[in-house]
Formats: sequence, C-alpha cells, structure tokens
Amino acid sequence: MTSAVRMTGIVKRFPGVVANDGVDVDIRAGEVHALLGENGAGKSTLSNILTGLYRPDEGTVEIDGRAMQFSSPRDALDAGIGMVHQHFRLVSTFTVAENVVLGESDSPFMMDQSRVAQQVEELSNRYGLAVDPSARIWQLSVGEQQRVEIVKVLYRGAKVLILDEPTAVLTPIEADALFKTLRAMVAEGRTVIFISHKLDEVMKVSDRVTVLRGGKTVGTVETVNTNTRELASLMVGRSVEFNRVARSIPADVSQTVLSLRGVSARDDRGRDALHDISLTVGRGEIVGVAGVAGNGQRELAEAISGMRALSSGHIDVAGEQVQSGRARSAIAKGIAHIPEDRLHTGLASSHSVEDNLALKNYRSSSLSKFRVLRRKAIRAQATDLVQNYDVKTPDTVTPVRLLSGGNVQKVLLAREFSSLPKVLIAASPTRGLDVGAIETVRARLVEAAERGVGILLISEDLDEIMSLADRIVVMYEGRLVDEVAAESADRERLGLTMGGSTVSGGAR
Amino acid sequence: MKSPVRFERRLEQPKWLNWAIPVVSLITALVLGAIVLLATGKNPLDVYSRIFERGFAGKRALSGSIKTATPLAFTGLCAAIAFRMGLINIGGEGQFYMGAVGATWAGLVFGGDLPPGAVVIVMALSGMVCGGLYAAIVGVLRAKFNTNEIITSLMMNYLAAIFLNYLIYNSTSYWRDPESRNFPAGKPIPDRADWNFYEVGGIKIPLSFLIAILAAAAIWVLYKRTRFGFEVGVIADSPKAARYAGIRTTSTIVIVLALSGALAGLGGAADVGNFRGLLDSKGLQMSGYGYTGIVVAALARLNPISTVVVAVLIGGLTNAGFALQGPDFPSGLVGTLQGLILFTAVAGEVLVKYRIRRNRQAAAVLA
Repeated sequence: MTSAVRMTGIVKRFPGVVANDGVDVDIRAGEVHALLGENGAGKSTLSNILTGLYRPDEGTVEIDGRAMQFSSPRDALDAGIGMVHQHFRLVSTFTVAENVVLGESDSPFMMDQSRVAQQVEELSNRYGLAVDPSARIWQLSVGEQQRVEIVKVLYRGAKVLILDEPTAVLTPIEADALFKTLRAMVAEGRTVIFISHKLDEVMKVSDRVTVLRGGKTVGTVETVNTNTRELASLMVGRSVEFNRVARSIPADVSQTVLSLRGVSARDDRGRDALHDISLTVGRGEIVGVAGVAGNGQRELAEAISGMRALSSGHIDVAGEQVQSGRARSAIAKGIAHIPEDRLHTGLASSHSVEDNLALKNYRSSSLSKFRVLRRKAIRAQATDLVQNYDVKTPDTVTPVRLLSGGNVQKVLLAREFSSLPKVLIAASPTRGLDVGAIETVRARLVEAAERGVGILLISEDLDEIMSLADRIVVMYEGRLVDEVAAESADRERLGLTMGGSTVSGGAR
Repeated sequence: MKSPVRFERRLEQPKWLNWAIPVVSLITALVLGAIVLLATGKNPLDVYSRIFERGFAGKRALSGSIKTATPLAFTGLCAAIAFRMGLINIGGEGQFYMGAVGATWAGLVFGGDLPPGAVVIVMALSGMVCGGLYAAIVGVLRAKFNTNEIITSLMMNYLAAIFLNYLIYNSTSYWRDPESRNFPAGKPIPDRADWNFYEVGGIKIPLSFLIAILAAAAIWVLYKRTRFGFEVGVIADSPKAARYAGIRTTSTIVIVLALSGALAGLGGAADVGNFRGLLDSKGLQMSGYGYTGIVVAALARLNPISTVVVAVLIGGLTNAGFALQGPDFPSGLVGTLQGLILFTAVAGEVLVKYRIRRNRQAAAVLA
C-alpha cells in the first residue's frame, strides 16, 4: 500500500521544550489513522507541522512520496491536506455556504450562491453530513458546526483530513454519525488522521494507531490486533486500571452537607432550565449527575455555586442557606466548584498561576491586609500548591493559558481542594484530559470524599460516574428523572432515562 | 499572490517591548513627519530642533510645557484607569468640564472665607465629585443595562458642552460674570482661591502637576497592590471568572468609571484653580483635553506613571507649536505630528502581540 503521508525524524523545539523529538509516522492512503497520546505528547505540534503552521527543525514530510516544505497552511491545502480544528473557525453571522467559500484563494468578487449551495449539498449528501447551506452558523448546534468545518475542508479538495479531538464537543450519537462519515470518506480513497486520547473511539474508528508519548513515537499498531488496555499502557508507559474505585472511608449519609429543595432557575436566554429540583448529598458521598449535555447540568452547577440566581427554591450547605445568585456567599459557606469551562470561568487565563491560585481566597486575612494584597504570601501559597499538586509550570508567574490542559486542571483542583470545602461541584472534571491526568483527578476526588467532602459529580461520561459515584441521578430537560444506587446501576437503564424514556417504577 | 511578510502571534510578550515599541513609534513618527516637512520645502532638522528648544530646552520652555501637560496628565489618567479594565471611557472631556463647573462653584462660594489651603481641598473635592458622578451615570448604564459605554460617554461630552454654554452664554447663572453683559464670560474666583505655583530649580511647577504625580502613583498602587486592583484585573481578563470568584462586577464597573471621571474632574478643578481662574466655556471646549488625554494614555500603554511622562512630552510639543506659530511654521504641523505619533503608536501596539516573519518562498519569488 502507498503512503499518503510519511513524516520521518520530525523534531520541533520550542523555547524550553522539545515538542516533537524524532517522530516517525507513516499514514497509508485510504485509512483512518489514529494519533493517540496524552496531552502534551506532541500530537498537536505534529499536526501543525503537517498543515504548514509550524516548520519542523529537523525531519522530512512526504506527501504521496514527494518531499514537501510547507511555509503556510495554504501550501498544505494545495497539497491536499486539510484540518478540522477542535475550536471551529467559522464566522457566526455568515451562512454555511459563505463560510465554506471564505478564504478560498480564487473566490470571485461576486459569489455564485446557488453554485456553492449546490456543491455543499452534494458533498453533504455524499458523506452523510447533513447541513443546510443557507443556515447561519449561530443557528447551528456544535455538531452541525463541525460538519460545516468538514464540508469546508472537503470543498477545498483535501485528500487527507486531520481531525483534532473531533468528538470532544459531540454527544455520543453525533460521534457515531461522525464515525460513519469518516468511514465513507476513506471508502472513497481519502485518508483520515484522527487525533484523540479516547481509547474506545480509537478502537472503534481507526484502521491503525500510532501512539506518541513525550514527543516520541512509541509505535504503530493495527487496530484489530490490539485492545484498549494495551493502547492505554503504550500511551502512559504503564498499565492503567479502569475499575470501580473503592474508598477506605464510606459515605456518611446521615449527615447532609448539601441540600436542594425545589430549585428552579432560568438559562441565559430566560427560559426555564431547572424545574423543581430536590437533591441531597451526604458527608463524604459522591452523587453522580448523568445526562446528555444541555439538559440543565450547567445551570445546576451555576445555581449551586451562586453564579445563577434561583427563580424559586432553597440551597443549604450543612444547614445554612446559601444566598441565591451570590457566588461569594456560596464560597463562604464552603462550596467549591470545578466548572466545565476551565479556562474562562474557572480561571482568569491571562493571569498568572499564583493569581489564579488566589482567585477565591485573596480576600482572606492571610493574603491581604487592609485591602492590600500580600504578594509574598500569595507567592508562597502558590509555590506550596504547585508542589503539592504537581503542577508543571516554569514558575508561578506564568499565565495559566500557556500551561497544558492537564496542568490547567491541576491549578483549578489545587485551588478548590485547598479551600477545604464542605461541598464540591465537579462538572466534567476529566473532559479533555489524558489518561494520567484523569487518574490524578479521580484520585483527588476520592481523597476529598474520604475527607468528608460531599461531591456532586456532573458528567456525560457514564463510566466515570459509575466508577466513582455512590448514587446516580439522571437529568433530562431540567428535571431529575431517575435515581439509582451506583452498585446496582445498569447502563442500559441509565442510557434510556438519559434519552428521556421513562423506566417503569424508576422515575420519580 | 502571497504577501512577502506574515504576522505571527507572539506566545509571550517580552518586557523590553514595553519601552521599545513607544520609542520606535516616536522615531517612526518623526521620520514620517520629516517627509511631510520636506514635501512642504522645510528643513526637518531645523524644525525639529526649534520644537525641542521651545518645548523642552531651558527653564521657561519646561515651565510652559509642564503647565500645558497638567490637564493632559489628568485626562490621560482618566482614560488609562478605565481602559485598563476594558471600559472605553471617551467621556474625559465632559467629565473635565463638569469638574471645572464644580470647582468654580466651590471657589466662588468658599474662596473668600476659608483659608487658602482649605479652599484648594474643597475645590479639588468638588471637581472630583462632579466629574465622578457624571461618569458614574455611564457606569450605572453599563453595569445595569449593558449599554455601550463608548457611545454613552461620548454623547455625554456634548451634553456637558451644552451645559457649559448654558451657564456662561445663555443664562444669568452663578458662574457668569454679571459685569460681562455684552461679552459673556465666567465670574473670576477670588485671588485667595488661586492654587500655588512652586519654583524648582527655576522651573515653575503648578501645584496641580504635583497632585497629578501623586494621583498617578496612587493609581499604580491601587492597581498593582490592592484587592480592588486584583478584582479589576480579573474582570478585565474574564468577566465570567470574576463572577465565579464572587467578585462584584457591577459595582466595580461603576466605581472604576466614577474614579476615572473623578480624575478628569480633578483636572477640571486644576484648570480653574491653577490656570484660568474662572469657568471658561469657550477655552475649555477649544482645548479638547479629554480627547488628547486618550492619546496620552494610549501612548503610555495605560501605565499611570508613563501617562504623566507622555503628558509632558505632548504638552511640550503643543506648547512649542503655539510658540512657533507663524508664516514659516504652519499651525497644523504640530497636530500632524501628534496624529502621526498616535498612528505609529497604535500600529506599534500590533507588534506587541504579533511579530513579523518573512515568507521565505514568497520572498524568493519576489527576488
């Protein structure tokens, strides 16, 4: 079989780091080739080299057997390489068709709307990428926007498509549809490079897998000859367990640390997002909130942490009422919150690590006196936490946005756990993290529960909830529709209730 | 066709750029200005050396420049403090007027009775309160209704100008001199209400310039060292993170705008107490301190200390322009130079965030 892309001995250095240290990848024409690796393993750097964003310091790139030197993404596109980024590059007020032709080098002054629309439709039919060419981007769901990105790349004639963590933003059903599309594309002779750190997905969709670790190629394997366990150990360099986590100190449900009574709240557009939610979390208990994203989970987390005013109901922490819509009151009562959007909600990303570690306790007397910050104390706290939570950062004044995803999350965890909370709201705490970081986060959650923290774990990842939670509630359209003990939880039943089907005898 | 150069986002912004960019911008502006001068048949070196002489060389020149710089320092600080939080307060002009109105009133009422030191304090406070409240309106609108503060603050400049005209020209207000029936003018404040000048090494320094330096230092401390400054920084970075951390975003917006307006108002008080001695409606509107202050703040890259320094530079330039005006020195020249400096400074701002790389292939094609 011929190689569509062959990269040999790729070295790329950045100040202070070697992102790629002699990477070899050989991608055959007409296959789905997965690039698997932890955050910081060098996957993104490699794809940026292949798409002409970066130039390698050493090594060669061959496309269809010809050595290439790209000096811009345009060159790469001309050679038939297109990338679908994790964060979409679409103009939200433009139509799908306009976005597709946007940036085309030979686009005419006047756009032939109907011709483009026709071509977009043709492409979307061929690959099962349902999109309406005349719809405007802001009207589309995230999954649809991703399809527009794929159509855009196909429209420009890409033969090799690189998808960077494409399922991070998708629901499981959308992800399955994406996999079908990818198979349809390779069936036509196109080549797909699938960047991921999710093992199940890689097993499901790829023909071969190249594993990267620490900027080096660990190996390439045929997917049919491997399994998740082997891939995981290749990826992290040791074997990883995915079993139900046992706790040394069990939950004490006789003491309620968090209680919600009849809580309702509206979303940003003023529509009812939470309907009459009642829920308790006991001391040291982990309650999992399962559900498909967009069913009120974000609003629930925000309501409890005081970022969203309640339209009715009460929230109590250890018997004391939290003021509705007052984050400061929630913090003072001992509610810690790991939000889904870490970089823009959980952290002030252009601020330094030390400022972010002080983001919630800068008001305390240990960090400020007479309203003046005690910079030394703030630095000392940061130095301590960076060490205890093993945050990899050059120093404490580095802006957090320059840290890798796993380390960003560690900064957040360090701050939230060190506040010695009574209650912790964790929203998708492991999303987008690599296996090693996931392990760390989970271990910290368990540790906190053992110390008596009541944890509300909001996640779309059923495996995560089933392996950590004591009790699982299911959210659907802003209501709690089911509640089960985790030991007796049954994936099928959870899947059904998450999808809105009622289960006889189970629904409340 | 490919461009021979491309912009690449800087991962980190080196510290030395903070001074290198303004200096290079200034030099570029002078070079561009030289081209304009050559085109009009003047010798740029000659013109520049005359500007330097009249603006900065010698005690008299420096005294004049500092005097001109004083109101600009206040309006510059007004812009800088708000811009740092991402609040684009264009209303320094109107807030300056309102400060002048407030301070004139205080000077007229208390100037005859209170001891001189106390008059200065009362006038300054009155100016700050008037400017601050005027800007706080913008703040409340922004915080409560999310109106665009650029538009509201700009509109309120016109309101303030109309108010000034009303006080002096279209009414027999307390501010208008009753003697001036044919030629309307403001009522002068008593001599005892005049603010002092100090001589330092032969240079006359107005009291208000010293106040501006103190204010700049206070703002620096406020933003660098206090809890309030920390909160402002977080809101500027990410309003969502601020809400998450329990920072009171709405009240902070109002306070920052009020502070910003108070600084412009203090400038207005200085204008009355230290320089004009009365509410000079026409003079204030011709000066446009509020707008020039935005330029000053931008050139100073919103650093309060640099703002005072840049104010002196721009003040010197303006002053030299006035002094040299004549048949061989067009009055528009200084304005042109100021415009060029602003232009290059804004262009330089891009270079703080991006760096220019040559496109190798394209360069080869061109060569």
